Amino acid sequence: MRYLLRDVTTMSVRGLRLVTRDLDAMITAVVLPVIILLLFVLVFGGAVDIGTGYITYVTPGVILLAAGFGAANTALAVERDMSSGMVERLRSMPVAAWTVLTGHVVASLVKNLASTAIVFGVSILMGFRPEATPWEWLAAVGVILLFVAWITWLAALVGVLVRSPDAAGGFTFGVMFLPYVSSAFVPVETLPTWLRGFAEHQPVTPVIETVRALLSGSAGPGGEAALAVAWCLGLGLVSMVAAGLAFRARR
Amino acid sequence: MTAIVTAEGLRKSFARRDPASPPVLDGLDLELEEGAVLALLGPNGAGKTTTVRILTTLLRPDAGRATVAGHDVVRDASRVRELISLTGQQVAVDDKLSGAENLTMMGHLAHLPRRAVRDRVDALLTAFDLADAAGRRVATWSGGMRRRLDLAAGLLTRPRVMFLDEPTTGLDPRSRQALWDVVRGVVADGTSVFLTTQYLEEADRLARRVALVDGGRVVAEGTPAQLKREVGEAGVELVLASPADAALVAPALAVPTPEGARVRVPTDGSVAHVRAVLSAVEATGVVPEHWEVRAPTLDDVFLALTGHAGQERAARPAGVAA
Ligand SMILES: Nc1ncnc2c1ncn2[C@@H]1O[C@H](COP(=O)(O)OP(=O)(O)O)[C@@H](O)[C@H]1O
Ligand SMILES: [Mg+2]
Repeated sequence: MRYLLRDVTTMSVRGLRLVTRDLDAMITAVVLPVIILLLFVLVFGGAVDIGTGYITYVTPGVILLAAGFGAANTALAVERDMSSGMVERLRSMPVAAWTVLTGHVVASLVKNLASTAIVFGVSILMGFRPEATPWEWLAAVGVILLFVAWITWLAALVGVLVRSPDAAGGFTFGVMFLPYVSSAFVPVETLPTWLRGFAEHQPVTPVIETVRALLSGSAGPGGEAALAVAWCLGLGLVSMVAAGLAFRARR
Repeated sequence: MTAIVTAEGLRKSFARRDPASPPVLDGLDLELEEGAVLALLGPNGAGKTTTVRILTTLLRPDAGRATVAGHDVVRDASRVRELISLTGQQVAVDDKLSGAENLTMMGHLAHLPRRAVRDRVDALLTAFDLADAAGRRVATWSGGMRRRLDLAAGLLTRPRVMFLDEPTTGLDPRSRQALWDVVRGVVADGTSVFLTTQYLEEADRLARRVALVDGGRVVAEGTPAQLKREVGEAGVELVLASPADAALVAPALAVPTPEGARVRVPTDGSVAHVRAVLSAVEATGVVPEHWEVRAPTLDDVFLALTGHAGQERAARPAGVAA
């Protein structure tokens, strides 16, 4: 374990190189979020009346949606390592082979940080006027990254478990579903009753609400924020441990 | 003469996943002498990869015992991993990284002293004739170059034993030659090599000893020359127009008359002998449809030693890790 830090660093460098050289992943990280943002604001912006400007309302949701898209790339990358012989080689070496997963997660966090910055940038150009203090900005980005960490560990778990790239790709649909059925794009009250219960009690809604409150400078030391952090930390830890165990078990 | 790799009575079954399947390894024994090359020769599905995975600590055997440099591959797995390198059946390099980046990454993962990584990477790239392409992404490389890089990735630490699982399957003849040269160089540097292959020729060219696997056990073991002697030498094969023609030719060549239209004469392969055989055929006035001098193939070896053709097992459904 003397070399754990070095292994994690090496794997993170690898993960970042793989991501930045993967055209699919880069389009998903850089172009797609902007298109989605434009789509929501220009197409639905007029239809949804929530008092404030729709761009202010929808920006955090677009960021989380982008994280979901990006997670599919992570699942694919992990599946490739599992089936390409890379993991077999690592397992025959005196390294902690599971650090290959942390490499992909670190890469995903950095990639999403970039997506987040781009979405905020475009959104501000389009009229988004956050009133957050630097600390609130930091907290908002922190909550987003916690969410990304959870989704990415979940994606890593999926990548370890599935036995084909197609199955890994199918993961997208699962995680895309969560932001749609939350307060990301429309207020929960406007959802059909049978969805509302789910929307109010799933992790994306408190994460969205927390980020919104922080950015609008109206966050109190709220229970919503605690709930968001608890969800992301809890699910993130469960996903991480499950991914580690599945990685060990799959031979 | 000490053994660096030993396996005794290895058994492995994947029956839990498929109850009807026979055991993949059924009491496999073998021994690799330090500094030598051992080739595990067998058809698809014989259990070669499973054996390699057990010896490289990736898989636990159901029964039996295996050691590398005296360390048990199950109990001392982490010690074993420090002494070996594995180049698996699939090429395991990152296509999106350059050759140099791939090796540098492996150097760090192998925990070489940081300052030594660069020198070692440069030395390997040069030794494996990859220096010119080192900066390019591996995705643009040929299959042979990728395989050489794959081998180099296993040599950063100068392992005691190198495991190569079908290193030349799918390579063109020239790349195969180049890879053989690389392996010979590795052996000359003192590394013992455990090789699996489906090609008799490969075993012949590289290995000091060959273990023939079939149905999860070693059915014959010896030097390539010994094995080939058991199978018989090369032969001049004549394909004639009819069994009647064959009945004319066979007596002239002093071989038994075959049932079909095919006559085989053992030969030492020398020009003088082959010419003598052909002259004798010509003297009978019969014109063969086709003739060739053929060395024994893996199929011949299998036919002679196991009584069935080497491809028979390959016809079984391919497994997950086949
Ligand atoms: N993980 C596995 N699960 C189930 N069956 C397997 C697994 N690995 C190998 N097999 C089966 O074991 C047999 C031998 O496989 P393998 O060792 O890969 O042979 P070879 O490398 O000689 O082609 C094959 O029939 C294959 O289907
Ligand atoms: Mg195999």
